[in-house]
Amino acid sequence: MAPPLLRVEGLLKHFGGVIATDRVDLSVRAGEVHALIGPNGAGKTTLIHQLSGALRADGGRIFFDERDITRAGLHQRVHLGVARSYQITSIFRGVTVVHNLVLAVLARSGSSLRFWQPLAREPALFEEARALAKQVGLGGRENLVAGRLAHGEQRQLEVGLALATRARLLLLDEPMAGLGPEESQRMVALIADLKGAIALLLVEHDMDAVFRLADRISVLDSGRIIASGTPEAIRNDEGVRRAYLGEGFA
Amino acid sequence: MRNAPAIGALVLLVAFPLAAKHWDQLFYVSFASRILIYALAASSLNLILGYGGMVSFGHAAFLGTGAYAVAILMAEGVSSAWVSWPLAILVSTLFALVIGAVSLRTRGVYFIMITLAFAQMIYYLFISLRAYGGEDGLNLAARSRLGFGLDLAGDLTFYYVVLSLVVGCLCLMQRLLDARFGQVVQAIRDNETRMEAIGFPTYRYKLICFALAGGAAGLAGALLANQNGFVSPNLMQWTQSGTLMVMVILGGVGYLYGGALGAAVFLVLEEALSAYTVHWQLGLGWALLAIVLYARQGVAGLLAGTAAGRR
Repeated sequence: MAPPLLRVEGLLKHFGGVIATDRVDLSVRAGEVHALIGPNGAGKTTLIHQLSGALRADGGRIFFDERDITRAGLHQRVHLGVARSYQITSIFRGVTVVHNLVLAVLARSGSSLRFWQPLAREPALFEEARALAKQVGLGGRENLVAGRLAHGEQRQLEVGLALATRARLLLLDEPMAGLGPEESQRMVALIADLKGAIALLLVEHDMDAVFRLADRISVLDSGRIIASGTPEAIRNDEGVRRAYLGEGFA
Repeated sequence: MRNAPAIGALVLLVAFPLAAKHWDQLFYVSFASRILIYALAASSLNLILGYGGMVSFGHAAFLGTGAYAVAILMAEGVSSAWVSWPLAILVSTLFALVIGAVSLRTRGVYFIMITLAFAQMIYYLFISLRAYGGEDGLNLAARSRLGFGLDLAGDLTFYYVVLSLVVGCLCLMQRLLDARFGQVVQAIRDNETRMEAIGFPTYRYKLICFALAGGAAGLAGALLANQNGFVSPNLMQWTQSGTLMVMVILGGVGYLYGGALGAAVFLVLEEALSAYTVHWQLGLGWALLAIVLYARQGVAGLLAGTAAGRR
């Protein structure tokens, strides 16, 4: 079997006396949707921060594509192929949807140390940004100021920004946070669309979505992975039911 | 056409000395040169403060460095503008590069304080330069030599040289802001974490922007040394940094012409009010208060109206 795209070994993070990430081992295979679930405060976002490079781990190692990226910073990991979205929407609120995406395309389109030619006269960038807007369901909304979009659309743009990096692994931190049922469905469809082409590590509380999308699921509790396996195995795991899913879940 | 008001202003600026000469009011030409020089200095601060979101409280250090570069070279016998002005830009850029490299590792209030601290260090460095006048400063024997039959000693010639340089710099700034680099810098101002998360090494972009602004301030310093015929460490004291900041706030933070308008308003107010009272800063204070309370976008924002966005 091919080695996993992302391999995490014994990852450790503590804030003072609190252990946020407790010797986490985790792997994500190319093209799979790997869901990370667990109760609030389990350390999911902290883990995403470490995987994306926003936070340095205190111990353990992270391999991407067989390469040790433990010490690489946030922007370096993007170029290696790991990008992320944020739980709290982080977009460029003052500019248009297409401008948001142009910025993300720009990051991997040669040097941006260009001081003379107006950005507006680089049509290739805008074409690609428009295609991305369409891909995340924002076709026809490209010229709206991002801050004026509905919450659900902002979440779609958030995913679009991560997608625009052309990363091979996306770390999606609760993409469905705060979405209504209809918006959630759109997001599920979007993620299902990506499945197979890109590997996804999906942090999510919406269990319907998780069990519908995930190829594998890992359960995090108090910074530790307490179970990892297929949705079927997780659903039937005693420890997981006690810690998180509840007895009624079947 | 978005440049129409700017072109109108440019026509006025070109015609102004001729009118002043006609009515024998050449003093005002020299005063206008001063405004233009400060317009350049304030615009360079606006580049990092308004567009880059870097609130530097030490910008006068680069202005003063540029001025001293010209004065020291002249004291050593190098009076060609073609040598001393580019060197002034170069030295200021290098100073900004070093100061920025350290300062930009901090955020918020710490950044403000560390830029202030660096500027004060440079201030005291020049005070300690006994060979070049120390605290008393240094007189320039003459204005820089330009060649081509242009004599900068003439206030009219000097005015037009300053005007072309300032206009040139503002054009460059406009190009830069619309180009990839400027768009990246502005996006970093709006959401730095996001920029990093889509793959931009934000520190590098901010540092280059900071250094460019330092260089532009250095050119303003070189011109100011010529204008005053004198340099002193006061040029780089923290109050001078404050003055530049007040100019930017008056004119409009993050507007292309914010620095220029602010410099004009500030210096005209100073000139007008100080004719009546030595407490002219009180009047200036009221003006600043009014701007901060009722017109957060400064004079440029008022002129642009609410329809146009930030430029």
